Amino acid sequence: MSFLELKGLAKSYGDFQAVSECTLSVAKGEFVCLLGPSGCGKTTTLQMVAGFVEPTKGRILLDGKDITGIKPDKRGLGIVFQSYALFPHMTVANNVGFGLEMRGVANAERRKRVAETLELVHLGAMGDRYPRELSGGQRQRVAMARALVIQPPVLLLDEPMGALDAKLREEMQIELRLLQHRVGITTIMVTHDQAEAMTLADRVVLMNKGLIEQVARPFDMYEQPNGRFSSTFLGKANVFEGRVSGGVFEAKGLRLPVGSTVTAGEVDYIVRPEKMEFATNDALVHGPVSARVFLGNHWLFQVETPLGTLQLTHANIGLPQAAEGDDVGLTWSANNAHIVARSAAA
Amino acid sequence: MIAQRNVLPYWLTAPGVLVMLAFVVLPLVLTLSLSLYPFLPGGTIGDSMTIANYADVARDEYFHVIFLRTFGMAFMVTFICIAIGVPEAYVLSRLSARWRAVSMVIVLGPLLISVVVRTLGWAVLLGNEGVINKILMAGGLVEAPVKMMFTFTGVVVALVHVLVPFMVVAVWTSLQKLDPTIEQAAESLGAGLPTVLRRIVFPQVIPGVLSGGLIVFSLAASAFATPAIIGGRRLKVVPTTIYDEFLGNLNWPLGATLAVVLVVLVLAISLGANRLIERKFKQVFV
Repeated sequence: MSFLELKGLAKSYGDFQAVSECTLSVAKGEFVCLLGPSGCGKTTTLQMVAGFVEPTKGRILLDGKDITGIKPDKRGLGIVFQSYALFPHMTVANNVGFGLEMRGVANAERRKRVAETLELVHLGAMGDRYPRELSGGQRQRVAMARALVIQPPVLLLDEPMGALDAKLREEMQIELRLLQHRVGITTIMVTHDQAEAMTLADRVVLMNKGLIEQVARPFDMYEQPNGRFSSTFLGKANVFEGRVSGGVFEAKGLRLPVGSTVTAGEVDYIVRPEKMEFATNDALVHGPVSARVFLGNHWLFQVETPLGTLQLTHANIGLPQAAEGDDVGLTWSANNAHIVARSAAA
Repeated sequence: MIAQRNVLPYWLTAPGVLVMLAFVVLPLVLTLSLSLYPFLPGGTIGDSMTIANYADVARDEYFHVIFLRTFGMAFMVTFICIAIGVPEAYVLSRLSARWRAVSMVIVLGPLLISVVVRTLGWAVLLGNEGVINKILMAGGLVEAPVKMMFTFTGVVVALVHVLVPFMVVAVWTSLQKLDPTIEQAAESLGAGLPTVLRRIVFPQVIPGVLSGGLIVFSLAASAFATPAIIGGRRLKVVPTTIYDEFLGNLNWPLGATLAVVLVVLVLAISLGANRLIERKFKQVFV
């Protein structure tokens, strides 16, 4: 049963199609991430759901009701902005209480709910501070509390971690995930950070050039990307263009193993870097190592092969198996090769 | 090397400082000293220092009325300028780039015309035989002309017209710095436009309102041309009184005294208001 439905949503500015077509249904309590490079239309989509941007086409249904024409102040959705957009002239408690005040919640009740919500985001003692006196992470939590206190049916997050530094961002991601599970609120988040999307989302909606490329759970999208764009945007991937005929993949004169059932035609052959191995015998491709980079938990090798430059990662266990300049052979299991028919557009 | 670098800024500011000294500080000091000498019957100035002029101004009911009128007028003009200028600036900030440019020219255009000319324009409108009264009488709305020239209201109207651009520009500068998503946030929390303006936008532009208010207030309190033309002799304010003392009664020391008192009062009120408002709204003054 879908709670929030976007039906054929589109927005164009003159000749420019910001969002060409967006159809999506979100279940109650689900955490959905709109992921994509900048300019892919993810923020415009969120703004249409929020009501700040009027769609050129399409409808938005919330719990079965059409909310497309409803003004943002009547939609009652909770929104966290990238800049947090806290009211600088109000205390934290007044910021959080603003939405309740607008709903005419009585003073005593309002104070109680503000205190509870601040407690929920671990800011219980900060009610009397002003936004300017808080750190970035604390401001982010105030913004979250302000959106949650009105108990909205849907929470919209617009790059909520964008302004935080890397370490704090990771902490806040975990915290946001726990919070979302505890509150059980339907959430849509916009991000361009694939790691963030994978950390948080139940489902990832990958967008590119105003269109949805793929909708899947993070694990499924990583393991079964539906094309070159998905495979390279979510994680790293080696992608070979070639043909399948008679159950054999062929690219640049090389034959590579394929899994059981593949249909013939033009395809992308995708292998994740961590699924490749060095091989002494039975190597599928050969080439010299052009670069070796240490990345803490793993090594990254770049190998120049007839198929192009390949990337291979190895967990940091024992000594690295090859040095720069070494001639190496690479292999992988046919089950780890993911083959996708190439669409005419891509 | 270090000494040279420290000296350079002084040399660079020297011309400006000299101009300040010659044209601002010196006349002020001369005015102050002039106010401390007695005015002798026959039109001469005595040579023993005294504070008698200040005592005269402090005691004389006549001057009290003029000072009260001047500051009452300045406050009124300031409040009306806030009431008109703040919404005007907000509307301006919401226009598309092209219309904003056009509107800015319309708002600032009057500043390009001499105050005297603009005020004479108001005299044409406000006079007993003026445009407004002619229309009112032709329409049968009034029997006799409504008196607007030489009234408090007339002066306030003309001064507001002259000074409102300063308020608009000051508030507009403040509005430029606002994060538009803050308004969206308020909207998403259920606030309609009037509430957003009153609770979210206005408090954040207080710094602009304050600086605009200070400019308008001090210009209104020291305005000469507009009160002289619209107010005339029947509605004296401090600047026109000073003019009359200097050029009519030739009582230079009394004129200088009034000038010093005016400067001190305007400064005191401006600084006081500044301190008070900055303290009350300290969160929006970054």
